[in-house]
Parts: sequence; structure tokens; C-alpha cells
Amino acid sequence: MIEGMLAVVRQHPFFAGLDEPTLELVSGCCRNVRFDAGQYLFRESDPADEFFLIRQGRVALETAAPGRGAITFQTVSEGEVVGLSWLIPPYRWSYDARAIELVRAIGIDARCLRGKCDTDPAFGYAMMLRFVPVLVQRLQASRLQVLDVYGTPR
Amino acid sequence: MSTARLAEPSRPAPVADPMRPVFGRIAENRREGADIWTLALEPEGGFVFAPGQFNMLYAFGVGEAAISISGDPAEPARLVHTIRSVGAVSEALTRLEAGDRVGIRGPYGRGWPVEAASGQDVVIIAGGLGLAPLRPAIYSVLGNRSSFGRVAILYGTRSPADILFESELRDWRTRLDVEVEVTVDHAAADWHGNVGVATTLIPRIAFDPAKSLAMVCGPEIMMRFAVAGLKEAGMPDTAIYLSMERNMKCAVGHCGHCQFGGAFVCKDGPVFGYDRLRQILALREI
Repeated sequence: MIEGMLAVVRQHPFFAGLDEPTLELVSGCCRNVRFDAGQYLFRESDPADEFFLIRQGRVALETAAPGRGAITFQTVSEGEVVGLSWLIPPYRWSYDARAIELVRAIGIDARCLRGKCDTDPAFGYAMMLRFVPVLVQRLQASRLQVLDVYGTPR
Repeated sequence: MSTARLAEPSRPAPVADPMRPVFGRIAENRREGADIWTLALEPEGGFVFAPGQFNMLYAFGVGEAAISISGDPAEPARLVHTIRSVGAVSEALTRLEAGDRVGIRGPYGRGWPVEAASGQDVVIIAGGLGLAPLRPAIYSVLGNRSSFGRVAILYGTRSPADILFESELRDWRTRLDVEVEVTVDHAAADWHGNVGVATTLIPRIAFDPAKSLAMVCGPEIMMRFAVAGLKEAGMPDTAIYLSMERNMKCAVGHCGHCQFGGAFVCKDGPVFGYDRLRQILALREI
């Protein structure tokens, strides 16, 4: 079972280049999950106990605004990460994640992974090298979206 | 991987005295979005241009504005421009009706290096109205599809309602030999497409960064991020081309309004190789 999960984790592009012992540590916190179209991976304010690496399908990250319903501010696809709030206290989701179509993903137990990061700083550093660039990319993307660069120049 | 600058594109010269307009008659004026219109003109005697070039369009009694050509270079009898109404001249142009006349000076400037992309993968990244000056290059590439490797068109805009040339994007997407990805900055839950900035699409497309040419047009901030994404994917500076926008008046490099560092956008651009721009692109003084 663990060997099967290890193979799945090894094949995911997010972990490309990690050495075998690191992949084994990661895969010990992983499981296979699937979500049908319309199903939520998680909801805003829920505990960020499990995050996801998408293997197939697409997920909409949404926030609700009074009178406007759900607004999608990002979609995440195959090979990408859904959820980063598990990295930072208070470990709660700040948006909804909804499957747009059938999604197959690796679910990663956040407590398990954080625990391994705490006890093994080298492993923790290797994980941060994977996740911090995603945080930076999302921050830059958010900046572009907030600037509304496609609007009429004022 | 070659680091030498690719061959410069052809640049047809103005159809007449570069300072004297020729007449063009409006064949069609189509609204594309909230503040965007596409004008199809019938110029006297046809009009040869290269993808990426622009014209000075003269709304009689109001003034001139530099407008990118957005039509098919293979159809010289139909000169197409896509215009955002942002000032007196552009607003006057967008109000013209079929049969009205405008003045045309052009074509001006250096266009997209479509011929230099022959044999290579082509990555086209457009943001918002930036799809308009890239459309002639897309027509040229798709019209001569077997000359190129993989072709990807990435388009980002504000919302689903702001998607430009939507029916053509759909048509291109149905082709089996072109990868088309569209994304918007935000959308309601009934939108099933991508949401996020255009640069997030770069890692999703298949291309060989060592044997590709990229053409990028959009808001300058978006282009800077697009360049960063292309470089992260492994593309050299010499293979990335951007179309710059500055306030143009004379269009022939005399007045200096469009000076951009040591170059004039009207004469030396609007399309520049990124290797020429990298030192000045992020300088706020320029």
C-alpha cells in the first residue's frame, strides 16, 4: 500500500527531483482521493488538516461576497497544489475549493507533514523549498489581479 | 541554443507620403466589448502591412491616433483595427458608421518576427486588448501552419465578459494543431474556464524553450511577468519579443513623443526583442 502511494507521489510533478528517502517520508502522509464535479475539497474557515496535489481535473478557489455569490479568483489544475494555509497558523482555510470536474488528487495529511518537518529540519527545508515558491507565485499573481492591469488606463 | 538575435521582420513602407493620409471607407464597425470596437476599412488601392505594424487613423476634425492593425495581412483590401475608446480621437473613431471616411497614414513600425519563427515552436501570449496586435501574427502562423513547430496561444483578460475575439478563440481552440488557453482574473461560479493571471498558463503548455519564439503583447506589467515566466521555462532573451506602447504623434521618429530609452517606439518598434529592452523595461523613469 505504502509502496503504491510512493509510486504515485514519485510521479507527481510537484515533487520532481526529490530524493528517495524524502519521497518516502512524504508518501507516509499521503492518500489517494477523488472528488466529483461540484464537490468541495474544503470550505472556508475549516481546519486546514489536509491539502491536495492534483493528478487530474481542475479546482476552483472561491470566496463568497454578499449579493454576488461565489467569485472564483483562481483555478488550479493537474500538477498543482490546492491549499497552502496548512503551512501557517492558525491552519484554517481562507477560501472554498470546489471541483469543477472530476478531480483525482493526492491528499496530504497536514499535521503529519508538519510533524515530520518539525522533527527533521533537513526534510522541513526541502518541503519549504517546494511550497514557498508557490506562495510567492500566488502572491505575485494576486498583485497583478488587484492592479486590474487590463482596465482602461486612468 | 542560439543566443544570436533572430532575423528582423519585414516592414512594408507607408503606402504614400508618410505624412499624408490616404482615404479609407468604413466597411463595418463592430462592438467587441464595453469600450472596444473593431473597424474594418476599405483603403483606396489596397494596403500591404506586416503583422504587428500600426497606422495613424485620422478622425476628420478631431485628430489622429496610433492604432494597431488587427486584421489578416493576407487580405489587403480589408484593413482592420481594434480600438479602445479612451480619448477624443479614439471615441470619434468608434462612433463612425459604415460608409464614413477616415484618413490613414501607414503602415508604420517594426512588426512581429513571424518569418524568423519558421521551424520553431511559437508561443503567443496576449493580455486584454493586446490580442488585437497579435491577431495578424496568429493569422500568419495559422495560415502557414506547416512552417512552424508547436503553436500555443495564451490569452488573459479581466473577466469572461471582456474576452476579445471570443468566436475566433473558440475556432482556434477546435483545431488539433494549436494549443489555446484562456484565463480571466476573476469570474462567477458559472464560468468553467481558467481563472488566474495569464502567466500561470505558461507551465501548462508544451514547447521546447531552446527552439521557440515568443510574442507577447499586453499591459506592460503583465508583459514583465510573462517574460519572467518564459525565462523560468528556459527561453533565452533573444527569443522573446514584446510590443510596446507609448504616446505616438508623428509615427516616423521625428517628434520624439514615443521615445523609449534610446529608441523610438514608432520607428524602432513597436515590436522589440526583449534582449534590447531588459535594461530599461522596469525603469519607472522610462
